[in-house]
Amino acid sequence: VCMTNCPTLIVMVGLPARGKTYISKKLTRYLNWIGVPTKEFNVGQYRRDLVKKYKSFEFFLPDNEEGLKIRRQCALAALNDVRQYLSEENGHVAVFDATNTTRERRETIYKFGEENGYKTFFVESVCVDPEVIAANIVQVKLGSPDYVDCSNDEATEDFMKRIECYKNSYETLDETLDKDLSYIKIMDVGRSYLVNRVMDHIQSRIVYYLMNIHVTPRSIYLCRHGESELNLKGRIGGDPGLSVRGKEFAKSLAQFINEQNIKDLKVWTSQMKRTIQTAEALGVPYEQWKVLNEIDAGVCEEMTYEEIQENYPLEFALRDQDKYRYRYPKGESYEDLVQRLEPVIMELERQENVLVICHQAVMRCLLAYFLDKPAEQLPYLKCPLHTVLKLTPVAYG
Amino acid sequence: KVDAERKKTFVLKMPMELTQSRIQKIWLPNDNRPALPRRSCGPQLANSPTVIVMVGLPARGKTYISKKLTRYLNWIGVPTKVFNVGEYRREAVKHYSSYDFFRPDNEEAMKVRRQCAMAALRDVKLYLTEEAGQIAVFDATNTTRERRGMILNFAKENGFKVFFIESVCNDPTVVATNVMEVKLSSPDYRDCNSTDAMEDFMKRINCYQASYQPLDPDDYDRELSLIKVIDVGRRFLVNRVQDHIQSRIVYYLMNIHVQPRTIYLCRHGESEFNLMGKIGGDSGLSNRGKKFALALNEFVEEQNLKDLKVWTSQLKRTIQTAEALRLPYEQWKALNEIDAGVCEEMTYEEIREQHPEEFALRDQDKYYYRYPSGESYQDLVQRLEPVIMELERQENVLVICHQAVMRCLLAYFLDKSADEMPYLKCPLHTVLKLTPVAYGCRVESISLNVEAVNTHRERPEEAKKGPNPLMRRNSVTPLASPEPTKKPRINSFEEHVAVSSTLPGCVPQEVPTQMPGQ
Repeated sequence: VCMTNCPTLIVMVGLPARGKTYISKKLTRYLNWIGVPTKEFNVGQYRRDLVKKYKSFEFFLPDNEEGLKIRRQCALAALNDVRQYLSEENGHVAVFDATNTTRERRETIYKFGEENGYKTFFVESVCVDPEVIAANIVQVKLGSPDYVDCSNDEATEDFMKRIECYKNSYETLDETLDKDLSYIKIMDVGRSYLVNRVMDHIQSRIVYYLMNIHVTPRSIYLCRHGESELNLKGRIGGDPGLSVRGKEFAKSLAQFINEQNIKDLKVWTSQMKRTIQTAEALGVPYEQWKVLNEIDAGVCEEMTYEEIQENYPLEFALRDQDKYRYRYPKGESYEDLVQRLEPVIMELERQENVLVICHQAVMRCLLAYFLDKPAEQLPYLKCPLHTVLKLTPVAYG
Repeated sequence: KVDAERKKTFVLKMPMELTQSRIQKIWLPNDNRPALPRRSCGPQLANSPTVIVMVGLPARGKTYISKKLTRYLNWIGVPTKVFNVGEYRREAVKHYSSYDFFRPDNEEAMKVRRQCAMAALRDVKLYLTEEAGQIAVFDATNTTRERRGMILNFAKENGFKVFFIESVCNDPTVVATNVMEVKLSSPDYRDCNSTDAMEDFMKRINCYQASYQPLDPDDYDRELSLIKVIDVGRRFLVNRVQDHIQSRIVYYLMNIHVQPRTIYLCRHGESEFNLMGKIGGDSGLSNRGKKFALALNEFVEEQNLKDLKVWTSQLKRTIQTAEALRLPYEQWKALNEIDAGVCEEMTYEEIREQHPEEFALRDQDKYYYRYPSGESYQDLVQRLEPVIMELERQENVLVICHQAVMRCLLAYFLDKSADEMPYLKCPLHTVLKLTPVAYGCRVESISLNVEAVNTHRERPEEAKKGPNPLMRRNSVTPLASPEPTKKPRINSFEEHVAVSSTLPGCVPQEVPTQMPGQ
């Protein structure tokens, strides 16, 4: 599906430590994974490149003319790069990550968008809960290059004063004044949302994604089924059962899960025998998803790679040329897999602790999403049998 | 510690032996352990039953949303039903005289209206606790906090989740259009002319205005799960989405619109395989199929539409058909024909010969039946859901697809049950033109007068008889939106005798996987 006609400019809005960069990075990762070329432009980064050493919050005082000049320069430089990305480098979506807390600044950006034929979509994060803000500061600000020479207490104190600098001039997106803009306002880390004038498919998908993500700590466990009978014979695909060693793995997995002592673990499998047999060993309820089935190798199902090379030499060569886009005759490609796995990713975002027992190609796709690996690398990610990958969200990744 | 011990011995004893169910091809453990609930075909969409409570003044689209949402939820496999309190009122008060009935100082009427709401709630409870319902849509104005509080208590007593959908609209044009579309033809105004009806209805709306307390997620209603739809979808306020199904409901509501538009569904032109009676595959168009493509081009031009989008599958025959239109088109893999697995490219005779048991099983339960290494109609619905979502977003669209796919899409638009879906008639060389009207969809069937083979197989006689021993017990066939319940029970305050329950115990919304003999 053609998801975007004109490029889209996403504009973050909010006081410091409201999760703008967290959202920018996560959203960018998601959009790239589903095949929409997206890039984020963090104005703070531009500022750090220009002003080599950060001294104190005073840089951000509203009456610091020198500071204001530099900050405006950085914003314009970032917008310039946005234009290059969207108009010359085939980018589809640019995420402009800055506070953008004044109406005046947002109008400048909106005009920029209009002039260049971009649709503009604002994402505002509003949060007044001091605990959330404090936690954000600890997670991502104390480790910032700005505070490399400060103690944690010094850094926190300075950052709180930095936030104050923005408060007086902060104009939140307004029901009346901004009624013609397209935006989503996220309140209290997703407790509630205000959505205004969603214009097209991609904005609708962005809204849906933002409404499904959360920040509650949790872990995602990814693994493949235990070794199968066809694995032993070097054959791909099919619907075989576990080998003896595969059954051993299943039992070890049960032990491992027990030891992890995970609260409310959900277990998901595909609808292929080998993942279900593996899950059966755990003795807990599990859900079968057809969309977690291994990539369909079409005419090459149940062949060894030697047989494929013999019988379909051209196909064999083509696959090595572009493993991501290559579709087996009457089968699927990694690209197809990503599309069919998108609901899994969306539900993984909604859930908390989950163990996904799947297959090699499927696991590569899911892993690429979590680790932000591009399409070229995805089909070569290492996902060996009998190995569990434990993923825990931390900071921005 | 006891639990851990028990788990360990449990694990050691497990043989991991599985059997594949014959119709759905789902792998199940050999020893049926009912203690561990399993889901067969996808994520568990909902745990506790949910009551969706509509909120809003009359003529704000509550019933439109109720019916549409119910249709969507049933189609994706979540048993849902609408309970329209107005219908209960019409049963109780045989003849509607005037807006005076709705005046806030009309004590007699207030009593009747409250009784109708209670009767509807009793039916909600029945549906959700004894009739395998997953979601009940309580369609009434529910404009006061008092009324909503009453419903929240009811839900709490019964362990139901509650999700509010409020429609707020102050645009007089929109309201007037709604009144014309659906109110003037209401049974209430059977004996009135349009002008009188309009005038009465506007006064009716007025009766609610003074006591209307909109949902207030910033303060009074901050703990409630709700979506406020403002100005027919220009703006939404969403608060405390609790679970997956509520998230899907919000996404759906944010994608639908009310702009007039037309959806055209058709199959590819007749293909070479059609001529040979072979199913599936990826063959090109026959000569007659090519003629159809040209005829389709003419037809589309005659329709004279602004901005028609054209979608095809990624199979040759639909693309060849689209090529004749000389319009840009988008290829969707999700629109590919149902995968017949090991039966691909066979004729029905060959299938009957080489896979006689599969052939028989398919006729028994065509919706759930999955071809070995292939798909079922149920699988198709899951893969077509993004297509439906995008169709809702779009305006004029022509979808050139395949027989099974077209049946699934059509079932969505015409609210056909899973049972009927695989037998909907979708002949070659015929365009179905769908136009939204009032609460549903008008369908026009237009044959383009190019001969083609008939690929339709009727439901076999044997399968029409009673439940077969090979069929599952406890099967929950997703229904089309059931008729809104109109049973009046306002004159008796006793709890009525429970309807014969179809399913004991825990009832999943999809087919449970404990199947004897399979």
